Amino acid sequence: MANSYTVLVVDDEPGILRFVRASLKAVGHAVVTADNAAGALALLATEKPDVVILDLGLPDRSGFDVITEIRRRSQVPIIVLSARGDERSKVQALDLGADDYIAKPFGMAELMARIRAALRHRFQAQGEMPAFVSGDLAVDLVRRHVTRAGQEVKLSPKEFELLRHLVAHAGKVLTHRHLLREVWGPAQADEVQYLRVFIRGLRQKLEPDPTRPTHILTELGVGYRLQLPPEQRA
Amino acid sequence: MPDREARPSPEALLDAARQEGRGRLKIFLGAAPGVGKTYAMLLSAQAKRREGIDVVVGIVETHGRRETEALLDELKVIPRREVEYKTHRLTEMDIDAILKRRPQLLLVDELAHTNAPGSRHLKRYLDVEELIAAGIDVFTTLNIQHVESLNDVIARITRIRVRETVPDSILDQADDIEIVDLAPDDLIQRLRDGKVYVPHQAERAVRHYFQPGNLTALRELALRRTAQRVDDQLLSHMRAHAIAGPWPAGDRVLVCISEAGNTPGLIRYARRTADRLHAPWTALSVETARTAHLNDQQRDRIADHLRLAERLGASTITIPGRKIADEIIGYARANNITQIVIGKSGRSRWFEIMHGSVVHDLVRKTGAISVHVVSAETDEASAARQVTTRRQPASFPLASYAGSAGAVLVAVGIGSLVERFIGLQSISLVFLMGVLCCAIAWGLWPALLASLASALAFNFFFIPPLYTFTIADPENVVSLFFFALVAVIVSNLTAATRAQIISARAGAKTTAELYAFSRKLAGIGALDDLLWATAFQVSSMLKSSTVLLLPERDADSLALASAYPPEDRLDEADMAAARWCWEHGSPTGRGSDTLPGGKWLFLPLRTGSGTVGIIGIERPGTGPLLTPDERRLLDALADQVAVAIERISLARGLAEARVLTETERLRAALLTSISHDLRTPLASILGSVSSLRSYADKYDAADRDELLATLEGEAERLNRFVGNLLDMTRLEAGGIELKLDLTDAAEIVGTVLERAGSVLAQHRVEVSLMPDLPMLRLDPILFEQVLFNLLDNAAKYAPAGSRIDLVARHDGDVVAIDVIDEGPGIPPDDLERIFDKFYRVQAQDRQRAGTGLGLAICRGFIEAQGGNITARNRRDRLGAVLTLRIPVPDASEIREPMAANG
Repeated sequence: MANSYTVLVVDDEPGILRFVRASLKAVGHAVVTADNAAGALALLATEKPDVVILDLGLPDRSGFDVITEIRRRSQVPIIVLSARGDERSKVQALDLGADDYIAKPFGMAELMARIRAALRHRFQAQGEMPAFVSGDLAVDLVRRHVTRAGQEVKLSPKEFELLRHLVAHAGKVLTHRHLLREVWGPAQADEVQYLRVFIRGLRQKLEPDPTRPTHILTELGVGYRLQLPPEQRA
Repeated sequence: MPDREARPSPEALLDAARQEGRGRLKIFLGAAPGVGKTYAMLLSAQAKRREGIDVVVGIVETHGRRETEALLDELKVIPRREVEYKTHRLTEMDIDAILKRRPQLLLVDELAHTNAPGSRHLKRYLDVEELIAAGIDVFTTLNIQHVESLNDVIARITRIRVRETVPDSILDQADDIEIVDLAPDDLIQRLRDGKVYVPHQAERAVRHYFQPGNLTALRELALRRTAQRVDDQLLSHMRAHAIAGPWPAGDRVLVCISEAGNTPGLIRYARRTADRLHAPWTALSVETARTAHLNDQQRDRIADHLRLAERLGASTITIPGRKIADEIIGYARANNITQIVIGKSGRSRWFEIMHGSVVHDLVRKTGAISVHVVSAETDEASAARQVTTRRQPASFPLASYAGSAGAVLVAVGIGSLVERFIGLQSISLVFLMGVLCCAIAWGLWPALLASLASALAFNFFFIPPLYTFTIADPENVVSLFFFALVAVIVSNLTAATRAQIISARAGAKTTAELYAFSRKLAGIGALDDLLWATAFQVSSMLKSSTVLLLPERDADSLALASAYPPEDRLDEADMAAARWCWEHGSPTGRGSDTLPGGKWLFLPLRTGSGTVGIIGIERPGTGPLLTPDERRLLDALADQVAVAIERISLARGLAEARVLTETERLRAALLTSISHDLRTPLASILGSVSSLRSYADKYDAADRDELLATLEGEAERLNRFVGNLLDMTRLEAGGIELKLDLTDAAEIVGTVLERAGSVLAQHRVEVSLMPDLPMLRLDPILFEQVLFNLLDNAAKYAPAGSRIDLVARHDGDVVAIDVIDEGPGIPPDDLERIFDKFYRVQAQDRQRAGTGLGLAICRGFIEAQGGNITARNRRDRLGAVLTLRIPVPDASEIREPMAANG
């Protein structure tokens, strides 16, 4: 990713702003920062950032309000900063339109990976990626063909549908509700155990060691994420 | 009454007679399992055997203890009877075989044992009673916790309730009790050495039981119960052998109660004396002909005095008699009293010459007993009348007077019929009969009316000149006069007897009700139940509305705690009266001296240590609420309730105090933990950062990397510690919000391995999950934390490079997950304590700092999810195994997604 993007970082913690700004600048991005909701929304209009990193706990307005407000004006990818263990607000933020989250405290490498995944989707949002290759796993969405280490893998229609959604949003976390709604329909949006059974099935077929999955990762209490191929992560 | 004490008391003789032909029972009583009761019993039995006595073992459990088994070797054992119960095969003592064999002495272990269903008796002690009745001597063992009356107390002390109890009467029946005593520390040592039999499934509970504090309390109870029993034995020996007391067996104090105003002072004096002598004390009231003529006010006072004594810890007794002094002395001798406290008489010399002086009589006749003649201040508060009571509803039923008139008419009729056959004088007997009947049926006044009418009718109809009220013969004047006199006396005596019978009957009924009530109260453990039962009982006995008010926990305000009929509030005026009653500890409201205008009457519920609550009653109508009898009944109820409330709050107070000390201990541990566990990583972080800042240019890339790795690692450790503290705080505050979902445990294992990657970097982790593990009802986040902490713990204690196994298997109706390490294992004593907060296995130098929180959190979290966690050591090599068990949900809970989607 040699390209340079503008990143808006919103957090009221000066320490966090400082190290995030320094690191992003070091890899060549332009950084604008705000320490409250009003400032963030103003910068959104003037600076037209390519990605927003948003802390949920702001002094003037709730982070959820800010997500709703941003979504009303723009499709810019939003990455939420949240506390570990607060799965409910993560899910709420994602349902409101945030693209991803990262739990505080976090490492810079992790944040960079999330930003890259978000940016990647911003520029591919128009058309679905026809193929996904990661390690020995290859998914051809057009021909509905899945291979692992060159061997074809037979998937049931539902399994394939599930995998298609994961591939379409590779690298991003997808909430249980989102996957259920998309694959099973809105009526089944709360049947998380269906999803668990199918994910288990997919892992058995796609993962080299299903007990330590490397492709389909679990975000406990939130949803699932298809891991990007290593070359796209690094 | 010198003759009375020279004769053995009939009850004592009866008891002795009952013992004839019976076997003797000896109980080896222990404070706790493991003190060596069975061993002591066998030793005794061996001694008996050597004396040539035919000793046979009915049933003895050795629990595999070798010393005990050795003692059993030379004794004959009656084979046990096998009982089929469901799928089990149980063995019980074969009572028929024993009866057939008829040994002289039989050994029966564990008296409190419950027999297998289908046995002859439900309980083993019933077997023993039968065997004793058959003339067989029995040695048996018993733990103090199985004694019925102590069951509650012990459950409160140890927090473990034993279900198998034996009635106290079995202890009283025993001819001998031998205490098998062992100091708590020695017992705990024995437990550690594995010398105490512990049923496997109860291991944890039992370990909890063996705390020095518990054991000390149990030991004290056992000793006290035996001491009490020995004292009883002494008394019964004295009675049986008619030995006039006192025997020098410790002091006993007796205080004589009367209606006099100085009695409360006497009672307190007696209490102090008893305290000083560490002696039990008794308050005695003698009911004589004189007390029968006391007014209600004076009688109330006697009742008040008896209650005061009871509150101060005396046992109280009321005995009937003719001469006060004789009764006091008789009671004192029979009960081994050593000190008598009596008030100085305020009566005149003249009165004493006429009626004799109780004090003088006592001093003259008591012999070895000390008499304290105390001049106490008159207690004004007690002398003052506090509650006006309603007069007994004076019955003036016309029917009884009409009946009296009728009886006289009948007498006239019978008289004229028999006049021809018997003499004039004998007719008076017919009239007397009529008077007697009236007195029996209706009491004094109708009988007096009948006497008068009879005298007139006798004169009118039978004494010549007939049909006039004049009397010709002077002899007849005399006989009529004597007739009238006799009739009045008969009326009086008969009516008095009748009144006594009626009051005795009412008294017996009240006593029975009170007794039933007190038994009910004794069985209640929860305050709410107690209050409800009380309100109901008082309402039904007094036919009134009843409320109970208790102080609120925090302040000194009162709150309505229970009412019958149910009611949730009192109006402001009544509340004010109740508060006054609470603050001053004296009756308030209707009919009392204070706020007498209210609807309700409030009485304090008092115990020796103060007022514990307020009882209020109300009835429709105005004026005083209660008759004196009702008032006495209410007082008696109130006293029982007060004691019961105090008992419950004491138990609660004890529990709170225990929690408080626990909290203190934890606070201290928390401070240590925080100061150590927060500062250590911070020190590394600050050190690394400042080094980098100051000497960045002097380091080469490798050094810099190393410092940065330290920084990262320490920060992560700090983060984990803070996470643990937060989790613990959430657990403590009850702030865990469970989000239980059917969850794939294997999936969580996957995520935890990912997350624990850096923690486990130095170890080899082998995962082995049984295929097709069922879905479990879990909170995924909490469960992941449990697994993380277990792995973190294993990594902490097992050396770098060693292997950690994570094994999950489906085992019946649970899924069990083992985390197995190759560390040093857990000292056996710590197996349970490692789950305690801030508990760390004694640190060794190379160990990484732990917070002592991780496993406590594991336990809290896994129990919140309905599972459990246990620890054990590996058998094949050094190492610990921590096992999680989570119940598998019912199949019906798991909906099959395939079916739903085709």
